[in-house]
Amino acid sequence: MNKSVYDAPDQLSEIKRHILTVLVDNEPGVLARVIGMFSGRGYNIDSLNVAEVSNDENLSRITIVTHGTSEVVNQIEKQLLRIVPVHTVTNLDQEGSSVEAEVALVYIYVSESNKKKVYQLCDFYRARKIENENNTTIFEIAGASDRVNRFIKEINEITKVEIVRSGPVAISSIEKNEEE
Amino acid sequence: MNNEITGAEIVLKSLAEQGVEVVFGYPGGAVLPIYDTLFKQNSIKHVLVRQEGGAIHAAEGYARSTGKTGVVLVTSGPGATNVVTGLTDAMMDSVPVVCITGQVPQHLIGSDAFQECDTTGITRPCTKHNYLVKDVNKLSSVFHEAFTIAQNGRPGPVLIDIPKDVQFAKGSYIEKNKIVIPSHRLFEPSPNFETKKIEEAVEIISKSKKPIFYIGGGCINSGPKASKLVRDFINLVGSPVTMTLMGLGVVASSDKHSLGMLGMHGMYEANMAMHECDVMINIGARFDDRVTGRLDAFSPNSKKIHVDIDASNINKTINVDVPIVGDVKQVVEQMISLWKNRNYKIDQEALKQWWMKINKWKEIDCLSYNSDSKQIKPQYAVQRLYELTKNKKTFITTEVGQHQMWAAQFYKFEEPNRWLTSGGLGTMGYGFPAAIGAQVGNPDALVVDIAGDASILMNIQEMSTAIQYRLPVKIFILNNEYMGMVRQWQELLHGGRYSESYTDSLPDFVKLAESYKAVGLRAKTTDDLDEVINEMMETKNTVIADIWVTKEENCFPMIQSGSAHNEMLLSKDQKQDKKSAEKGKILV
Repeated sequence: MNKSVYDAPDQLSEIKRHILTVLVDNEPGVLARVIGMFSGRGYNIDSLNVAEVSNDENLSRITIVTHGTSEVVNQIEKQLLRIVPVHTVTNLDQEGSSVEAEVALVYIYVSESNKKKVYQLCDFYRARKIENENNTTIFEIAGASDRVNRFIKEINEITKVEIVRSGPVAISSIEKNEEE
Repeated sequence: MNNEITGAEIVLKSLAEQGVEVVFGYPGGAVLPIYDTLFKQNSIKHVLVRQEGGAIHAAEGYARSTGKTGVVLVTSGPGATNVVTGLTDAMMDSVPVVCITGQVPQHLIGSDAFQECDTTGITRPCTKHNYLVKDVNKLSSVFHEAFTIAQNGRPGPVLIDIPKDVQFAKGSYIEKNKIVIPSHRLFEPSPNFETKKIEEAVEIISKSKKPIFYIGGGCINSGPKASKLVRDFINLVGSPVTMTLMGLGVVASSDKHSLGMLGMHGMYEANMAMHECDVMINIGARFDDRVTGRLDAFSPNSKKIHVDIDASNINKTINVDVPIVGDVKQVVEQMISLWKNRNYKIDQEALKQWWMKINKWKEIDCLSYNSDSKQIKPQYAVQRLYELTKNKKTFITTEVGQHQMWAAQFYKFEEPNRWLTSGGLGTMGYGFPAAIGAQVGNPDALVVDIAGDASILMNIQEMSTAIQYRLPVKIFILNNEYMGMVRQWQELLHGGRYSESYTDSLPDFVKLAESYKAVGLRAKTTDDLDEVINEMMETKNTVIADIWVTKEENCFPMIQSGSAHNEMLLSKDQKQDKKSAEKGKILV
């Protein structure tokens, strides 16, 4: 919690990963405002994802994975709400239950010797092969970050890979009434 | 459509509808259409500054002294970058300012055009909000929203960047009352928002034995009525009160409950009372590091109530027991009615004991200084200035440094909005242009900039502005030929190695004043002082009063960086704890 130049009191709570989803007006500069607040105040961004909300073109949802004590994350939420185009900030970890997923695309260097092992592992993780015009081996895996991490770790032990990841998006899984 | 007007005309029309009377600015290529429109009208006055940095501080001074929104008009590129310091200053001190910048025409944006810069990018972190207006038809709604955002909730600066082609383009004007600003873009505290919290707070106050009110600039931003309510509530409770640098004037200095300013150079009794209180009622202050000192030793045994309009100030540096997010005026009004309705009363015996303790601390007389020579002590200069100006409607502005702290300690403020100083950002060069702005907004008042010899040179070019508009601003320089506060820190923390803090080759301030056709006065000894102050006040012209003060005076009392409220230094001779001094050295 301490952003002062003075000695911080003893840390009050443990550092944890948090997923914040931020609903914003879809206007120029809004992403820069959000990430500028993070860098300017010395907060962490582990991953970031932005997309329009499909049913309303004037709104975008920014999903930010950050880590910090609950005091720091609380301060992040309040600082985000000061930004004029920000509608709402939801900390999914404090909401209770949520579902998260991300996508990774993996270019796999396959040879005759490792081919069988690679395909077995991909099959085990339900990674899907993406056909492409150069006929190279590219797999797509979706799911929680932990699962993607495990897949990447294991495939790395077999062969060389190149990876791109989207970073997670998440949604609260609490039952909602339609009127809300 | 025949009721279409140019973007530049929309700008002026929006300003007029917002009730703007004066704009502080400096023309340039990218705002020429707006200046051309300004030329053709008479309802809005323009004050031409001599550097854009002066314009924004003048707008701040105007805003703080009148309660209205200050307006700035500058060109693209260097015009915009020159206002960045002032925007940051207004952001830190919550001053409502709308700044209009010109931008190169849209087809040149991104091409490194002449006088192009990414104005919205540069000013994003130092404004509440900013706009790049690409469509002339959105211009009026942007202006109306900008003024609302600047004033709403915790006030602050808003910037509107207008490409030159948009200033020329024709579009339609939309009136203020036809604009609907979505609620998420504003902060609208509901009066009944925090009723439970307010009840809890009032009950805690009623049970306190050693309460203290800690009042900040938020009370001033909440309007004159807020200050009145705060005074009323303090009277009801009978509690001592201390004010931050930004809060001076909320409670009258002469009020028997007032302990004066707290913090790094605050009053000994105020800081001790903060340290030992059992209930702290923070109204409109933000636990700034100049106020709190060492956080882990800050008021260790108190329950803390915090009223702030900005939720992000709650639990930012100090954890509080009862946070109340809302406007001071509304919250304190509720507190008063609860207090009266429930017939609350503090334990009078305990309160008496508390006051006795405080009066003991007062006996230390923390502001005392040696005054045995003919040389003018800076503290004495401010005391005399106060005594000789107290019966007039006086506004005091300051630059930043020792003179600012002496002004805060020795000038007694009886009303809000009379004290204009750069608190959060600590901007040297603020005081003189702010005084110009205050004088523009209060033509009949006495406006004095208490300055230092180093600070005044940071915006001395505004002498031209003061003269051009016949603004009888008084510059009262406490001249010690040093950047006094830097020198003091070097003396206390850096072994007296006065690295670059001596201001060599100062101008002759009297001749400087005369060269602008202003009046220059000088006081070399205590014998001259009263005469110079009186002459300064009687002069209808702009005046620079060059007051030669003792050169190596230090500003005490002082909580050194890294120390707590109960570890104040009262004088140079007092031994400081070596270890905490070493630790404090790395802090600011």
